[in-house]
Amino acid sequence: MNASITEHKRTSLAEFAAERLIRGSGIMAIVFVFLIFAFLLREGLPAFTEVPLDNLFSARWYPIEEYYGILPLIFGSLVVTIGAAIIAMPIGLLTAIFIAEIAPRWLREILKPLIEVVAGIPSVVLGFFGVVILSSLVRETLNLPTGLTAFTGSVILAYMALPTIVSVAEDALDAVPRSYRDAALALGATKWQTIWMVTVKAGKSGILTAMMLGIGRAIGETMAVLMVTGNAARVALEPGALFMPVRTMTATIAAEMGEVAQGSAHFHVLFAIGIVLFVITFLVNLVASFAIFRQSKRSARLLS
Amino acid sequence: MERTPKIVIEHLNFTYDDGTESLLDVSSTIYANEITVIFGPAGGGKSTLLRVINRLNDLAAGKSMTGRVLLDGQDIYAKEVDVTALRRKVGIVFAQPQPLPLSLRANIEYGPRLAGVRDKQKLDQLVEQSLTQAALWDEVKDRLNDSGYALSGGQQQRLCLARVLALEPEVILMDEPMSGLDPLSTAKIEDSMQQLKQLYTIVIAPHNIQQAARVADNAAFFLQGRLIEEGTGKQLFTKPKDKRTEDYIMGRFG
Ligand SMILES: Nc1ncnc2c1ncn2[C@@H]1O[C@H](COP(=O)(O)OP(=O)(O)OP(=O)(O)O)[C@@H](O)[C@H]1O
Ligand SMILES: [Mg+2]
Repeated sequence: MNASITEHKRTSLAEFAAERLIRGSGIMAIVFVFLIFAFLLREGLPAFTEVPLDNLFSARWYPIEEYYGILPLIFGSLVVTIGAAIIAMPIGLLTAIFIAEIAPRWLREILKPLIEVVAGIPSVVLGFFGVVILSSLVRETLNLPTGLTAFTGSVILAYMALPTIVSVAEDALDAVPRSYRDAALALGATKWQTIWMVTVKAGKSGILTAMMLGIGRAIGETMAVLMVTGNAARVALEPGALFMPVRTMTATIAAEMGEVAQGSAHFHVLFAIGIVLFVITFLVNLVASFAIFRQSKRSARLLS
Repeated sequence: MERTPKIVIEHLNFTYDDGTESLLDVSSTIYANEITVIFGPAGGGKSTLLRVINRLNDLAAGKSMTGRVLLDGQDIYAKEVDVTALRRKVGIVFAQPQPLPLSLRANIEYGPRLAGVRDKQKLDQLVEQSLTQAALWDEVKDRLNDSGYALSGGQQQRLCLARVLALEPEVILMDEPMSGLDPLSTAKIEDSMQQLKQLYTIVIAPHNIQQAARVADNAAFFLQGRLIEEGTGKQLFTKPKDKRTEDYIMGRFG
């Protein structure tokens, strides 16, 4: 009796230590995020006083002559990311459906690890591929003056988002119980009707998560985009904008941070761009998790 | 009364792709407007047989199948057969009820809509009629727009039966459809089956032998993939010819 009581004491000590350790690491992670954000604010906020706001929110980015308009950079990021989303989401979903529902078992065994490999390709390598092969392909087939365009960036980013979208969406589809499919088939649904109306529907929240994770990867990507988008900072609100060179926020920071004088207005503006990027990413994540949250509540209502 | 053969099974063998031989040289005839009971111990091949009859094993783990299954004299595995049309004619109710992620009403309308029924009045009528036949209408008539998952297990089972009835099939296969039902609902459904057999051919693999004996016009005993004995319900459950059938029935009856 006595022995068992002390034994219990010892395990609860270990448990106490483990809990403290886990809690400590959790708090550390949160503290680091706040520190980074505080640093970003400290370096970026001065930009809003040093540079007149009408300059900062103008359409001209030409730091050498003290034009610090960040609109073209925001615009560039949006065009490239939305383009990537439009390309990657349908292809990713269809590929996931193919692997989970249609491909024979042996093919699935080959494709799944292959996709993991694709996910591991460094973005510089993809950027190189984009500059050398994709951009000339784009220039020749679309008959453009240059192949380094927003569209080229979208294609490369879509390619980077695809492995994430495919593997997470495939898991979501795979997790839908076989009995759902049987139930639909037994009621006279064809294979396609079963996939669209039952399997995809039942795996909806997982598929949505897949999309968000994939696009999340695309927004923050720097290297490949820097290499293939042509780096022309301008707002071109015209139909052909997708096929012209643009410059994204991430590419601007990466390209210019190295050569700017620390503490200068230009330096602070680059950090301000970082703040804008941070806020946009934060909003996207917020909207996404809100959507997923509502989704899961709806499916919980439906599934429980 | 003249008996019309509805389904004829000829020398059927079925092996799953892991090598399990689930049906061995099964030949049998299922007659129209009768309740045929297939029974036997677990793993005897009852579910496999039902799934073969409406071709649900097509996509799945079936490694090899030989023999023929004829519906009204037509080989259901022939090339020209439209599988979805076949499955509408031969409905199946599974042991584990699986509502689709839709409302109650949509669960029932799903099959008829796929078959091209669009008329609102016809759909409403199908919903009420099939839920009534499945002894569920009174419990759910005020909440047809709730999720199919908002029902108890036994209600879900009756929902799945109603869903199949709404297809207005010719044959209804029931794989342990009453395993989750209380005695009252079981009695209701058994009653309703006596009515339904005027319209349909019913094949049922009940989960207990008393129920098998209660509903069977015709019965077949399966043991380890083989059809051991078949006959009228009366004959099989009171005077079985085969020793193994007798042992099984006696064992269960105590
Ligand atoms: N998908 C499958 N893959 C491989 N083997 C299977 C599969 N389904 C069933 N089997 C095997 O086939 C045999 C017959 O199974 P079946 O489900 O038809 O039996 P049953 O008579 O319905 O049993 P129960 O009364 O337990 O429902 C069993 O040996 C089972 O293990
Ligand atoms: Mg079974």
